[in-house]
Amino acid sequence: MSEDLISINNLSKTYKNGLKALNNVSLNIKKGEILAMLGPNGAGKTTLISIICGIVTPSSGKVNVDGFDIINDYRQTRSKIGLVPQELTLENFETVFNNVSFTRGLYGKAPDPKYIESVLKKLSLWDKKDNILRQLSGGMKRRVLIAKALSHKPSILFLDEPTAGVDVELRKDMWKSVEALRESGVTIILTTHYIEEAEAIADRVAVINNGEIIVVDQKKDLLNKMGRKKLRIDLHEKTDTIPESLSKYDLELSGNKLSLTYSYDTQKQRTGITNLLQDIRDQGLKLKDLKTEESTLEKIFVTLVKENNEN
Amino acid sequence: MRINYYGFRAIYLHEMDRFRRTLLQSLISPVLSTSLYFIVFGSVIGNYVQNIDGISYGSYIVPGLIMLTLLTQSISNTSFGIFFPKFNGSLYEILAAPISTFEMVLAFVGAGATKTLIIGTVILATSNFFVEVSILHPLLMIFLLVLVAFTFALFGFLIGLLSSNFEQMSIIPTLVITPMVFLGGSLYSLDMLPPFWQMVTYFNPVVYLINGLRFAFYGASDFNIWISIASMIFFLVLCISVVAYVLKKGYTIKS
Repeated sequence: MSEDLISINNLSKTYKNGLKALNNVSLNIKKGEILAMLGPNGAGKTTLISIICGIVTPSSGKVNVDGFDIINDYRQTRSKIGLVPQELTLENFETVFNNVSFTRGLYGKAPDPKYIESVLKKLSLWDKKDNILRQLSGGMKRRVLIAKALSHKPSILFLDEPTAGVDVELRKDMWKSVEALRESGVTIILTTHYIEEAEAIADRVAVINNGEIIVVDQKKDLLNKMGRKKLRIDLHEKTDTIPESLSKYDLELSGNKLSLTYSYDTQKQRTGITNLLQDIRDQGLKLKDLKTEESTLEKIFVTLVKENNEN
Repeated sequence: MRINYYGFRAIYLHEMDRFRRTLLQSLISPVLSTSLYFIVFGSVIGNYVQNIDGISYGSYIVPGLIMLTLLTQSISNTSFGIFFPKFNGSLYEILAAPISTFEMVLAFVGAGATKTLIIGTVILATSNFFVEVSILHPLLMIFLLVLVAFTFALFGFLIGLLSSNFEQMSIIPTLVITPMVFLGGSLYSLDMLPPFWQMVTYFNPVVYLINGLRFAFYGASDFNIWISIASMIFFLVLCISVVAYVLKKGYTIKS
């Protein structure tokens, strides 16, 4: 898992209308990993993917895919990549089977109906193979886009908002498909608005905002480093204010005055919980219940973007 | 992969498949409209027009009508072929595929030209039902038809690339090509025009195409055949240069 498959160096893109979509982005993507790119709308996620895939021309910087330059060696790089775009952009008057076969041909592969059959079966599309695309639901069309992206057996798969507008069941099905692909050795880069998606399937997370990558880290490390825990202390009796002796703790009193919430850093050697509980007892407050709550990736993401926008 | 043969094949067959799906509008419509020309101009009016260069009027207009179909069909087929995926967004997969610009253009233009030649052949066969058609130089005719089909398919590709809506796509075929063909001697000989309008007609490039094809059919032309061939090749080179420039700049399809 340590070999870099994609190397992005000082990549910038300014569109003709003056919009600077990417600003000096550098990122390495490891072979066999699932990297989730998180960022608000207009952050530059799709531009970054589009440059690597050859749809958008970079203004400056270099991208190498498996040691090949995306501009000079475009045949080598593009033949390794499969792309599932954000929009449902399909030839609506063609059948599912022809649509998927067309993409396989575009990528320079000889027709292989057996392989296309296996892809369609894996994505539960085989019974729809003769359907015209416009007869399919949005979710089915999304699956067709994935089938097209897999039609030439890519070793790298870009999923740009793959589960946008997809119901919960189908989304979970897709997560399973993505996991199965990773297990077969495919490197996956996905952009998503659903933080739970990144949390569920990604190995690493890159947060992108205003065309810059704010942070890239292992999902677990990011959660550990930036994750804060909250301890909710329910009291037997109301307290109007937080006692003076407890002011040294990062405490919040709830609206009903019946509970205190203590935020603490999980990475610190001493969380202060023991002392806090001792001091609460010394104040004569009686405990009813204790609950802990962990920060989600979503909270971390919101915090990072907010901080970045303020700087 | 030095040449993406399967990529070329995929686009070519995909375009030909669209032709099959829209057979009614692709084939029957031009055949019907050309048949109407033969009935009205060839059979009805033709009976009142004397022979031109020793050829009956009905037969005389055959090359002009074939050229009219060739030009309009090759332009509309290819312009639609590239405009539609641009319009619905599916062009992304061609841009992201390991296929060169040359291979992509050749596939679209090759398919457009093939469709046009099929239509042209059907129209030539149809004309035999209405008038007597003889072909004096068949190889020259094939050469000219292929050259014109490719050149104007390329021109259509350019129109499709530059158009940002359906209205823009139809402007050039409707407002430029059709008048140029009708005023380019498709239904008459230039000798029949007053001297001033003859002079004006010399600036219409379609005149040379129609006369070239008429020479291949009957050996009769208002110009030397080499002038016709040279003008077609000039227009082909011009189209190649402009398409190459536009694609290099990424105009409307690549940011």
